[in-house]
Amino acid sequence: MDAILLQILNGLDKGGAYALIALGLTLVFGTLGVVNFAHGALFMLGAFCAVTFNKLLNLESVVIDPTQKTAWGTPLEVRTPYIEAWLGDFGKYLHDYSVPASILLAIPVMLIIGIVMERGLIRYFYKRPHADQILVTFGLAIVIQEIIKHFFGANPIPQPAPMAFGGTAYVGEFLGMGQTLAYPWWRIIYFLFSLGIIGAVFAFLQFTTYGMVVRAGMRDRETVGLLGIDIERRFTVVFGLAAVVAGVAGVMYTPILPPDYHMGMEFLVLSFVVVVVGGMGSLGGAVAAGFLLGILQSFASMNEVKAIIPGIDQIIIYLVAVVILLTLPRGLMGRKGVMED
Amino acid sequence: MSKFIMTRRGLLRAGAASGVALAAPMHFIRGAYAEDISCNMPKGDTVTFGWSVPLTGPYADEGADELKAFQLAVKHLNGEGDGGMIPTMKPAALKGNGILGKKVAQVHGDSQTKTDAARDNSKRMIERDGAIMISGGSSSAEAIAVQSLCQDMGVIHMSGLTHSNDTTGKDKKRYGFRHFFNAYQSGVALGPVIGEAYGKDRKAYHLTADYTWGWTQEESMKAATEALGWQTVAAVRTPLGSADFSQYITPVLNSGADVLILNHYGKDMVNSLTQAVQFGLRDKEVNGKKFEIVVPLFSELMAQDAGDAVKGIYGTSNWDWKLDDDATKAFTKSFGQEYGAPPSQAAHTCYVQALLYADACERAGTFFAPAVIKALEGFEFDGLGNGSTLYRAEDHQCMKSCLVVQGKENPKDKYDLMEIVKVIPREATTYDPAIFGGELGPSDAKQC
Repeated sequence: MDAILLQILNGLDKGGAYALIALGLTLVFGTLGVVNFAHGALFMLGAFCAVTFNKLLNLESVVIDPTQKTAWGTPLEVRTPYIEAWLGDFGKYLHDYSVPASILLAIPVMLIIGIVMERGLIRYFYKRPHADQILVTFGLAIVIQEIIKHFFGANPIPQPAPMAFGGTAYVGEFLGMGQTLAYPWWRIIYFLFSLGIIGAVFAFLQFTTYGMVVRAGMRDRETVGLLGIDIERRFTVVFGLAAVVAGVAGVMYTPILPPDYHMGMEFLVLSFVVVVVGGMGSLGGAVAAGFLLGILQSFASMNEVKAIIPGIDQIIIYLVAVVILLTLPRGLMGRKGVMED
Repeated sequence: MSKFIMTRRGLLRAGAASGVALAAPMHFIRGAYAEDISCNMPKGDTVTFGWSVPLTGPYADEGADELKAFQLAVKHLNGEGDGGMIPTMKPAALKGNGILGKKVAQVHGDSQTKTDAARDNSKRMIERDGAIMISGGSSSAEAIAVQSLCQDMGVIHMSGLTHSNDTTGKDKKRYGFRHFFNAYQSGVALGPVIGEAYGKDRKAYHLTADYTWGWTQEESMKAATEALGWQTVAAVRTPLGSADFSQYITPVLNSGADVLILNHYGKDMVNSLTQAVQFGLRDKEVNGKKFEIVVPLFSELMAQDAGDAVKGIYGTSNWDWKLDDDATKAFTKSFGQEYGAPPSQAAHTCYVQALLYADACERAGTFFAPAVIKALEGFEFDGLGNGSTLYRAEDHQCMKSCLVVQGKENPKDKYDLMEIVKVIPREATTYDPAIFGGELGPSDAKQC
């Protein structure tokens, strides 16, 4: 029982990341009809917002102490982060919570990046075939990757979770099952965070006038335009929103996976599979498929399963995609007419 | 009037005589060419070394430190700086004025912790840059691939950080030399210490990097722990360069194992160890015993990245900057003053390899590869940080002491993360070279 619960938990945090990226992809596809292969790069850019914020907090003053020597005979350098020197205990606290705090940086940065990307490039490809859109956005993803590689190097840069959440959560004790069922705190927080973001996006679309117009535009863009609503501007904001969702998903994932310039591409491929399994254009389908595939991947990695089918953990997602597309060609919750022209 | 008549016999005689006359000088100068020429022997006033080091990928931190060490070694060989370990090396033919009167130049390339990139780098440095010796690498897969290339091209390979038994075992080469210790020696050193610390009745679960080093490390640790009476519950292979080990760690939790042996190195080890701690493994009690984690190959660079997770963890090291001998102190001083941090074991082994090659050229009195190989084979030396050391002729593996280390509970600073628990003497780590098989192959000179 413990093993099963553990695999479910393990699938939920991965599934959270898949769901958040797939949600943004579907949002962009549903509104603008664009297949955005640069969406993984937005996830990566978000992660590098956390890295940048941490680097800024780590700027430090260096004072030479001639009275103390290092083991190699040079005077000792005493380093103090400016943030701690200026803000005292609050500086230390901020330093410790740099990853969640960097969301404050990521939101405006990702919104601007999203809007600039849509206005500067994507809008010229609305009426072009999907193949053109894939090529241009894939090219853009490579350009973004190389820029990040130039400034931050090719190696992963670990980001610590806050000390209070860096340890183990004894989920079993909470459920009255003893100490055997334990799981890292930060991964649980990531799962809850992804639920919160997904809930917020759905609430925005469902319960605000802005969201209602966007949903109407997704259904029938021309009619909404005929009513005098500048639907293009709204869709630009939606693109920015999708970039923010991908960005904050990347920020919070950094303590789980040390970010490097290539991390977006690794998630992008899986997230496209998630979108296809969920059903093109279906937000609910993307979220459901994200968690479903995350959990299935986790179960497939159990030694007992791998002993029966070696290597199943590497192919399970694609295998499920094949089975679902053979039985449900529009995916789990796909709408009729989407990408069927 | 005489008439010149050429008979058939006369023609044959004249032909034979002309042949002998023309070939005679070749007989006398033949030796001069064959004995003196091997691949990339220097013609001008410099000799070029090539460093193939991983500056990206899971072993990038080690690669960066290796490159620093090589650059420092070149400086010292050319007579700049304080000379590092040249004054402490015994016996030493090095004079601190280059090698055989030629200044040392250097080229390097990023091997990306990938065998194909490492081979491409090395080939480029040999063919384009004229490198006479190749060194570096932090992965055994790289070392084995490059030393095989070097054997084919007739260029000596002084491998850097490579710990697989295969490097000087089944894949050993006449042109390949290793100063670093190996997985077998780690097992021999670590077994008794963890047996004493954790008892004889334990169940071990291995997570192993899926390539030559991981396989031999796992094999050696299994042999060492099973000899203690431990059981091996499972041994699971993980791809090199994995970042998220959660799918490999969760099965450990319910496996019944009470020890996790992480046959990982570099960033793989940092990620797997920190995630194992986050999953609560070190707080667990299994089979009535405290759950323990062992990292057979440990380094201070990894300890810096892993933070508190390394506290109390046992492992082995080839060398440590906190050793108390004069050579270690001299190298640490040189390296620390140059780069502001103490050298890692990767830096140490690379620095030593550069010095050993240069010294062998001086002793041989030539850069001719077969003569340098002869000078290295069976060379007994001291004063390079590991005590009395033998470059064994049979497998080109250095026989020397190694260290059992443990993550420090209360470090003074970020460089004081490992404690030397025990120095395992050379006699204890020496083994029969025949146990790993392999053939060194020929030492024929090649012209590239």
